[in-house]
Amino acid sequence: MNLKNFKIDFKNKKRLIPQVLTISFIIFVIAYFSYNAQINMGNRGISFGYGFLSQEASFDITFSMIDYDGSYSYGRAFLVGLLNTLLVSIIGIILCTILGVTIGIGRLSQNYLIAKAAEWYVEIFRNIPLLLQIFFWYYGALRLLPLPENAINFNDISYLTIKGWYVPKFIWTNFSIFLLSVIVSIFAIFYVFNYAKKQREEIGKHVPAGLISLCIIIIIPLITFFVGGVTLNFQYPELNQLSDTVYNFKGGVSIIPELISLALALSMYTATFVAENVRAGIEGVGKGQKEAAASIGLTRGQILKLVVMPQALRIIIPPTTNQYLNLTKNSSLAAAIAYPDIVLVFAGTALMQTGRAIEIISITMGTYLFLSLTISVLMNAYNKKMAIKEK
Amino acid sequence: MIKFFKPSRNNLNRSLSIGFPLITLAFVDFFANTFLDTNLTAFLSDTLSYFFPLIIGTVGLYFIRIEFSGLRILDNFNKNVNSTSFNAILTLLIIFVLFKYVPSLLDWLFFDANFNGTSKEDCTSNGACWVFIKVWFKRFMYGMYPNPEQWRINTAFIILFALVGAAFFVPVKYKKFIILFMIFVYPIIGIKLISGGIFGLKWIETGAWGGLSLTLIVSAFALILCFPIGMFLALGRRSELPVIRYSSIGFIEIWRGVPLITVLFMSAVMFPMFLPDGTYMDKLMRVIIAITLFEAAYMAEVIRGGLQALSRGQYDAAKSLGMGYWRMHLFVILPQALKLVIPGIANTFLALVKDTPLIFVVGLLELAGMIGLAKTNPKWLGMAIEGYVFAGLVFWVICYAMSRYSQRLEKKLSTER
Repeated sequence: MNLKNFKIDFKNKKRLIPQVLTISFIIFVIAYFSYNAQINMGNRGISFGYGFLSQEASFDITFSMIDYDGSYSYGRAFLVGLLNTLLVSIIGIILCTILGVTIGIGRLSQNYLIAKAAEWYVEIFRNIPLLLQIFFWYYGALRLLPLPENAINFNDISYLTIKGWYVPKFIWTNFSIFLLSVIVSIFAIFYVFNYAKKQREEIGKHVPAGLISLCIIIIIPLITFFVGGVTLNFQYPELNQLSDTVYNFKGGVSIIPELISLALALSMYTATFVAENVRAGIEGVGKGQKEAAASIGLTRGQILKLVVMPQALRIIIPPTTNQYLNLTKNSSLAAAIAYPDIVLVFAGTALMQTGRAIEIISITMGTYLFLSLTISVLMNAYNKKMAIKEK
Repeated sequence: MIKFFKPSRNNLNRSLSIGFPLITLAFVDFFANTFLDTNLTAFLSDTLSYFFPLIIGTVGLYFIRIEFSGLRILDNFNKNVNSTSFNAILTLLIIFVLFKYVPSLLDWLFFDANFNGTSKEDCTSNGACWVFIKVWFKRFMYGMYPNPEQWRINTAFIILFALVGAAFFVPVKYKKFIILFMIFVYPIIGIKLISGGIFGLKWIETGAWGGLSLTLIVSAFALILCFPIGMFLALGRRSELPVIRYSSIGFIEIWRGVPLITVLFMSAVMFPMFLPDGTYMDKLMRVIIAITLFEAAYMAEVIRGGLQALSRGQYDAAKSLGMGYWRMHLFVILPQALKLVIPGIANTFLALVKDTPLIFVVGLLELAGMIGLAKTNPKWLGMAIEGYVFAGLVFWVICYAMSRYSQRLEKKLSTER
C-alpha cells in the first residue's frame, strides 16, 4: 500500500468515517461472539483448544485408505476423512470430465438425434437436486443389485453386488521403483513437448510429440518389470460361505456402494455443467477462425486441434475449474448417505463425541476454504498465463 | 465392382433397393428379438447375432447415403442423422436403445403401475407403487403440519401466486407497488398466516413445518433477504475504500469457499455457542439466516458482474450531474446493472431451490427429507425409488420451468440492448 495515499485517507473525513464504522462493527461482532462463546464454554466446563486432536478417537470408520481403527487419534480420523473426500472428488472430476466433454460435443453434433439426446440429458440431470440424485442411486438403484451369491460377474475378475463392487487387489513388489519410473517418464514427456515446441517454432518441423510420449509412458515403466525387479500380482475376490445362507466376498478390494452412488451422482450432475461449458467454448470460437484455417489448407482434424481447441480451451477451462471446485464442495453431501468423508467423520462423529463445536467446524470449514483458495490462486495464475497477449 | 456398389445419384434406384431392405431387415431382427423373444439370426455366433441389426443397419444406411439424390425426404434424412458412417451407427444405437428401454420404463411408470388402494399390499403388479405417493401426499406437501390447519399454507401460497400473476398483468405504473408489497409486506402476512398465534389462529411451531411448502418458504425468504445483502457486498467489493473493499472480498470468498452443508452444521451446533446463554433462536430461522448469508455471497458476485458490465460513461455522466455516491448508484447504476443480471439472479435462485434439501442435516424435513422418513416407515419399506422419482419430478418441473424462464429473459434482454 502506498503510504502517501494512506495519509490522504486519514485527512478526508468522508473516506474515513465509513471505514472506521466498518472496522468497529466487525470488531464488535467478533468480540461479542467470542465473549458469549467463552461464557458458554465456561458453563459447560470445556476450554477452547485443539489438543483433542491427539486424543484417541475410539470410533471406527467403514472405509479408509490408510491404516485406521479406533485406537488412532482424532487427527488421524480427520486425515482419513480428508483422503476419502479427495478420493471421491478425484473420481468424480475424472468421470464428469469424460462425460461432460462427450455430451458437450454431442450437443453440437450434426446428428439431430445425438444433439437432442445430449440436450435432454443436460436438461434432466441439471434440474434435479444433487441430493435427490444421490438418494436415488443409493437407496433406489443400487439396492436392486443382487446378493453376493448371485453377483453380477465380470469374467471372474470383479463382481458387482448389493454390498459393493469387488475388484482385484494390486499386490506390488518394489512399488517405489515403478513409481520412480513413472515420474521419470513424466519428466521425459515434458522434455519432449518442449523440444517439439522449439522445433516447430524455430525450424517449422513437426515432431509427433503425442505419439512419442505415449510410447515413453508405456515403455519406461514396462522396463522396470524386467530389470527393476518390479512384480505385480492380483488378488481376486472369492465367494466365501459364512453360514448356510450368508455369503460374502473375501480378498480383493471392495468399493462400497456409498462411494459408487456418490461418485455416480456427483459426476452425472456436474457433467451437465461441464457439457454446457464445452459447448459454449466451442461455439465461442468465431466462424471466421475456422474458415480462415480451412482457407490455408488445414484438414478438419488440424483445424480442431490447432485452431479451434486452443481458443475454445481458453473459454472452457476457467468455468470448468469452478465446476470442479463445486464438485469437491458438493462431495460433502456424502454425510447424507454415510460415506465417511470429512464432514461425516469429523463434523459428525467426532463432534458428537467431543462436543467441541467451534474447533471442529472451524477445522472443517478451514479445510474446504484452503482447497478452494488454493485452486482459485492456481487458476488465476493459469488465466494470466493463457490470456491473449496483445502486442 | 466397387464403383457398382458406390451409392450415387446415377444408380439411385439400385442403391435404394439394396439399402432399404437391409435397414428393414435390421429393424425386423431387432424387434423380433426385443418384443417377440425370437432370435432370427440364431444360426450366427452369439456376438455376431447380438450385433447383427447394428451391422446390417449401418450397411443399409451406407447405401442410402446419396448426395443430392433429388428426393427431399432422403436428403433431409441424410443431412440430419446419416451424414457419416459414424453418425449412422450412433443413430441406430440411439433408436435401438430407445425402443428397448422406453417401453419397459413406461410400463413401470404407467401401464403396470398401481394407482388404487390404501396400503402397500394393494400394490400387486410389477410396476411402480404410486399408492405410496397418494397416501403420503399431504405429508410430502405440508410435512407434519396438522391436517385441519393446512388451508393456511394453501391460502398463503394462493395469495403469493395471485400477487405474482397480478405483477405480470397490471399496467407498468402499478407494478412497482405490487412488487414492493410482495417484498416488504407479504412475507410478514405469509409467515403469520402459517405460524399463527394471532387472530385466533392456532400456533404451529416451525418443527412441524415440512414438505414441499417448507422448500418454497425457505427459498423465498432466503431470496428476499439475500438480495439486499448481496447488493451491498457487491458495491463494497467495488468500493474505493480499502477497509470496506477487503472486508467485502473476505466475506464473499469465505462463504463461497465452503460447502453449504458445513454452513448449516455451523448454524446448528456452533452458532448457539455464540449467542448469550439462555437465548434460543428458532431452528428454521437459523437455517434461513445461514442460507441467506451463503447465497448473498453468490448474489454479490452476480451483481458485481452487472456493475462491471456498465460503461465508465454512466458513472461519469451521473457524477457530472452532481450526484453523490448513493444517488448515483440508486438512480443510475443499479437499475441498469440489475436489469443486466436478471438471468444470473434467476440462476442463483435456481441453485438456492436445489440446495434446500440440504436442510435435512439440521433435522428439518422438506420434500426429500419427508420421503426419507416415509420410506423407513415399517409399513412402506422398499418404496425408495417411487419416492425419489416423485420428488425428482416435482423438483425437475419447478427448476426446468425456472431455467426456461431465465433463458427466455436472457434472450429478450439481449435483443433489447
